[in-house]
Amino acid sequence: MNEDWYLPQIDSESEPFWAAAREGRFLIMHCRACDAPYFYPRRYCPRCWSNETEWRDASSLGTVYTYSIVRQNPAPPFRDWCPYAVVLVDLEEGVRVMANWDRTLALDDLAVGAPVRITFETINDEISLPRVRPA
Amino acid sequence: MVGVAESDFGTVPDKTAFELQAQAATRAITDAGVVKDDIDGLFSCGHADGLHVLQLAEYLGLQPRFLDSTLVGGSSWETFVEHAVLALEAGRCSTALLVYASTAKSDVKRRYRSSDATFMPSGINQYEVPFGPTLISKYAMVAQRHMYQYGTTSEQLAAIAVATRKNASRNPNAVMRDPISVDDVMASRMVADPLHLLDCCLRTDGGGAIILTTAERARSLRKPPVWVIGAASAESHYSMAQMEDMTISPCARSGPKAFAEAGISHKDVDVLQIYDAFTIMVLLSLEGLGFCKPGEGGPFVEDGKLTWDGALPMNTDGGGLSSNHPGMRGLFLMIEAVRQLRRESTAQVPDAKVAVCNATGGFMSHCSTIVLARD
Repeated sequence: MNEDWYLPQIDSESEPFWAAAREGRFLIMHCRACDAPYFYPRRYCPRCWSNETEWRDASSLGTVYTYSIVRQNPAPPFRDWCPYAVVLVDLEEGVRVMANWDRTLALDDLAVGAPVRITFETINDEISLPRVRPA
Repeated sequence: MVGVAESDFGTVPDKTAFELQAQAATRAITDAGVVKDDIDGLFSCGHADGLHVLQLAEYLGLQPRFLDSTLVGGSSWETFVEHAVLALEAGRCSTALLVYASTAKSDVKRRYRSSDATFMPSGINQYEVPFGPTLISKYAMVAQRHMYQYGTTSEQLAAIAVATRKNASRNPNAVMRDPISVDDVMASRMVADPLHLLDCCLRTDGGGAIILTTAERARSLRKPPVWVIGAASAESHYSMAQMEDMTISPCARSGPKAFAEAGISHKDVDVLQIYDAFTIMVLLSLEGLGFCKPGEGGPFVEDGKLTWDGALPMNTDGGGLSSNHPGMRGLFLMIEAVRQLRRESTAQVPDAKVAVCNATGGFMSHCSTIVLARD
């Protein structure tokens, strides 16, 4: 298996999100019809099906909703990352996103309810992935 | 429900998944007292790449007039029962075969598949797969949240695994039969915090089959029929970040509908079969079905009431945690429920009249609740 198999396969709907990620910005979507945010990006609002939707910069600040520390995953590259943490973050804007706890940090500071910030790690020219750090 | 059977299960390296389904189907028609040519409805999903149900129908030499291959994870077979009842009542088929098998264990040994279900990071998976959430870690995130919100402990989750192992110790076909303690679960290695190895179901080979027919026909067959008196399903999410409240199972919606259709209340339930891919799945199901209040699942299970001789007998065959778990286990819940209602279980609950099966599919994504009863 190609070592890059796990990297997002960018498509026409997701391209703006990953383009902003390359610049270190976390984009979410906002529906003008119901005036509420949502994530992940979809052209049509999942609440009201309006296509009056737009991209907005998120604050990148939030709190940990939950997490797990993965100690076993046979698939590379994750096999070599173990133990690593998968985190669900509730952003201030009111949407929930998944990302990894920054692997350069100790796992001890990770707790449900902890205030955190999303930053980006550059993987290659095309892909930067969100990482979770203490706020 | 007139016929039930398992195929060989455990470690079965010398049989294909197709063969195990044929074996289970032949055993189930024998159990029911029907013949192959009676089958005009086929309900299955699973192992075959692409057009699974067409491949399976062909392999079994069937050309059914009613086919269903809804794939919603382990709860698919409970959903099939809901659909099969509709089809039988509408006259769209007269004898339905529900069948499943996988060689999940041997396939990992043969390196045909990985030990974790791998999804490609395309479409909506591109927002989660890049972060390496294993199946177990998804359920571990659910457990972590429940612990944070309600103070649920690992010891309380462990009590679920201990109770089902006690049940399995009476089942000669169960893969894991040696009794375990809460300490044993706590001492087993952490796979994805906070879930230990013994919080997780087995991975086995195996399959099963169930025959359903019309009420009229059921009364004239070999064994006392088991009636489907309630059935309902509920869907929640696919991506973990889309599960709004991780402490609430979709069965909080399917359960009350199935109970109402059956006209039963909790005190009427003699035996429970709850999909137990992970201990936390059981905890959320008991809360969602209303056997205890939200958040009170931990204290509810810790006294051991889930053993076959306890106050609320559950997974009397040993469940997925101790008996078998070949990939998707929903069908096996109903096989054991039927055996309980026929007085055929190896951990028989005296005078069991009503059984509730609750299956969870995906990643706490979908639930189907089925209520079964004997005359």
